[in-house]
Amino acid sequence: MWPLSDEFPATSASFSGDVTVLAAAHLCKDFGPVRVLDDINLEFLPGEIHAVVGENGAGKSTLVKILAGVLEPTSGTVLFRGAPVPAGNLRGMENLGVRFIHQELNLAEDLTVQENLFLGQELRRGLFLDETAMRAKGREVLAQVGSNVRLDLRVSRLRISEKQMVEIAKAISLQATAIIFDEPTAVLTPGEAERLFRLIESFAAAGVAIIYISHRLEEVKRLAHRITVLRDGRQIATRRAGEISPDEIVRLMVGRSLHDLFPPKKIRPDQPVHLEVRHLTIPGYASDCSFSVRKGEIVGFAGLVGAGRTELFEGLVGLRKVTAGEILKDGHLVKVTDYASAIQQLTAVYLPEDRKGKGLIVSFDARTNFSLLGLQKFGNWFVDERDESREFQAAVKQFQIKIPNRSMPVNRLSGGNQQKVVLAKISAVSPGIIILDEPTRGIDVGTKAQIYHWIADLAELGHTCVVISSELMEIIGLCHRIIVMRSSRIVANLEGESITEDEIMLYATGVKTATPFLPS
Amino acid sequence: MNSTESIEPTAQSHRIDAARIGALARDFGPLIALILLAILGWVLNPSFGSWTNITNVLTRSAITGIISVGATFVIVSGEIDLSVGAMVALIASLMIIIVNQVAESTGNLMLAVAAGLAAGLIIGLFTGLINGILVTKGKIDSFIVTLGTMGIFRSLVIFVANGGTLTLNSDVREAFRPIYYDAWLSVPIPVWVLALVAVSGAIVLAKTRFGRYCRAVGSNADVAFYSAIRVDRIRLVAFVVQGFCVALATILYVPRLGSASSGTAVGGELEAITAVVVGGTALRGGYGRVWGSIAGALILTLIGNILDLTSIISVYLNGAVQGLIILGAALLQRGSRKR
Repeated sequence: MWPLSDEFPATSASFSGDVTVLAAAHLCKDFGPVRVLDDINLEFLPGEIHAVVGENGAGKSTLVKILAGVLEPTSGTVLFRGAPVPAGNLRGMENLGVRFIHQELNLAEDLTVQENLFLGQELRRGLFLDETAMRAKGREVLAQVGSNVRLDLRVSRLRISEKQMVEIAKAISLQATAIIFDEPTAVLTPGEAERLFRLIESFAAAGVAIIYISHRLEEVKRLAHRITVLRDGRQIATRRAGEISPDEIVRLMVGRSLHDLFPPKKIRPDQPVHLEVRHLTIPGYASDCSFSVRKGEIVGFAGLVGAGRTELFEGLVGLRKVTAGEILKDGHLVKVTDYASAIQQLTAVYLPEDRKGKGLIVSFDARTNFSLLGLQKFGNWFVDERDESREFQAAVKQFQIKIPNRSMPVNRLSGGNQQKVVLAKISAVSPGIIILDEPTRGIDVGTKAQIYHWIADLAELGHTCVVISSELMEIIGLCHRIIVMRSSRIVANLEGESITEDEIMLYATGVKTATPFLPS
Repeated sequence: MNSTESIEPTAQSHRIDAARIGALARDFGPLIALILLAILGWVLNPSFGSWTNITNVLTRSAITGIISVGATFVIVSGEIDLSVGAMVALIASLMIIIVNQVAESTGNLMLAVAAGLAAGLIIGLFTGLINGILVTKGKIDSFIVTLGTMGIFRSLVIFVANGGTLTLNSDVREAFRPIYYDAWLSVPIPVWVLALVAVSGAIVLAKTRFGRYCRAVGSNADVAFYSAIRVDRIRLVAFVVQGFCVALATILYVPRLGSASSGTAVGGELEAITAVVVGGTALRGGYGRVWGSIAGALILTLIGNILDLTSIISVYLNGAVQGLIILGAALLQRGSRKR
């Protein structure tokens, strides 16, 4: 039983009954002339996990923002325990115990864990802060979410999964009646996600209404009691979880089935090795990593967050200091000193996992972002803007990027379109080796399918592809071969039709160790 | 230009008009302010519009204007250079010493002037390079680096001048004078230099790879790094460009006064930064325009000029009026920020 539950007399009482905690009645929302939500009617029951799924732009985020009091609906009402609440009153909803765990975590990076937990609701004794009481209470709430981070650590030094736990702990440090999770697993590895699921289930067991927004069907299936599908702002279906299959959810979301998501799988190409890495070492992140990739092959890199996958490839392309190891292209030794030399000598490009922090300058327009990596080809000194525009137009067409206005900063594009701009950006230097780090993070199903097909096409054309991903379904669905990393080392090299999520996780977590390693 | 246009078509045309005016004010604010000030000056005192006064204003803006072009590059790439005022004093002192020395030992005034110009440029590039290296290789915040070098440069001036004033020998000064006081096609030399620096600076920032990279580095150095841009090199070059501009400005400054002391160009860095910010360049980096900085420098000079020519506000309040202009510019810019 969740320890805090005795602090919720009202909730516990209603647990047996069927009083809704939160409800939406005929909610509509217009942004200018565009209707983003159209007549939404939903009920959120105590103890029930209600998943809201839909593509990007389906209106999920708008809906939960209205429920949390961040946005005001154009028409319709939000009800709390059957009574209408004033619209767009964030503070009021917080007082009613409605919590919103943001997709992009809302923590002050330079403050400590404890300072964040009590931000705006510090415990005081007279004029001074009551550090002792906050420390005790802080430990208690962190224990409830199963986190053992130190309270005096600055948040900037935490891993992203730890930050999320702090955020959740912060949300429940006050009594919660309903908790909204907006794509909470987008930044977690399967292991961390599983821990989060168990936590969410314990909240539900204690009578909290859970509203769960997600793109990922497996986890919705795993977690939800009820599922609502949104499409283009309309409520397409609300069903009990047992009454709807993942395939049906996808069909309702996008009008296509799961089989169309991944391109048909080809057998591993019988081509010569294109990229060979020997004993690469990046202090603190990767030690003695050796592997090779053939021309036209798609190799997946799986592992937990912090296993060193990102850093290994950042080292490979010169974005990080490498202390030992060799890199060979077509059997010839290549000296990589920085990213520019990796692009030139190795023809390798790297798509960073952090789209907004490393991939795109969000205040620049799409064209300027597109040409940033390969600007040299539009002139050594002066930038030939006509040439640049022409290539950009071609890329927009090729990647089917939707840009309403050419001078619009990219932070106003959808996540999927942003990612397409970054993909166009790295393609602009005509790379032979393409390294994609979490290429479909936070992207709608439709765009995901496009990206998967694009990667498969690249491989078909003889490009060498590496996909780093925490989404096992994606790695299994897309890759010819999967390399698993754990604690800075390559621990498995899996091939064939029979790779399962379980098998990968066994290696990633260290339950199973070392297979006979097959270099190529 | 106006990005709200295609998202919210037709329905809210009146709101778009307001947004368009706002965007226009932001985009051309410095120019509009400059024109308004000029009209005000002309109304208050018709002699304001005379060719003599106009060239006077332009000439007096030249030094700050040239420095502010360099400062635009530094600020756009996300850094700041507080040492430019002290740099002017240092370059001027060393130039005077060298020019006097060469003139005395060779007796060739033209050679002395040439040596002075060369020395000025070399010292300017070198001091800029030092700032740049400390920021990039030393990985120290540019605010701190240039705060330090500002003190060092200023102190070196006092040292080489023995706590007093260095003065050009009168014969060399005569040879040097034309650089500031002569005119070509009835436009003073400093105005030509200012125009040349401004036009080339504007082209470099807007049209070249280096200019684009400056903006990228200033907007988000991480993204720039992950775009294979040599971030440190861009920053370093920006500081060297700043040093070059300061050297050019000092070459105009030396013949104007013919002397240098520890009090030379005190506050010059603030004036340059003010010109840049009034011109609409974002102090946090990533966005900027050279013409705005020039307009900013002109605005600062105009205010002083108008106060000189009229008697409505005391000349002593020059700084206060400049301060108000800065705040006004900041208020205008505020609307364009997202967060």
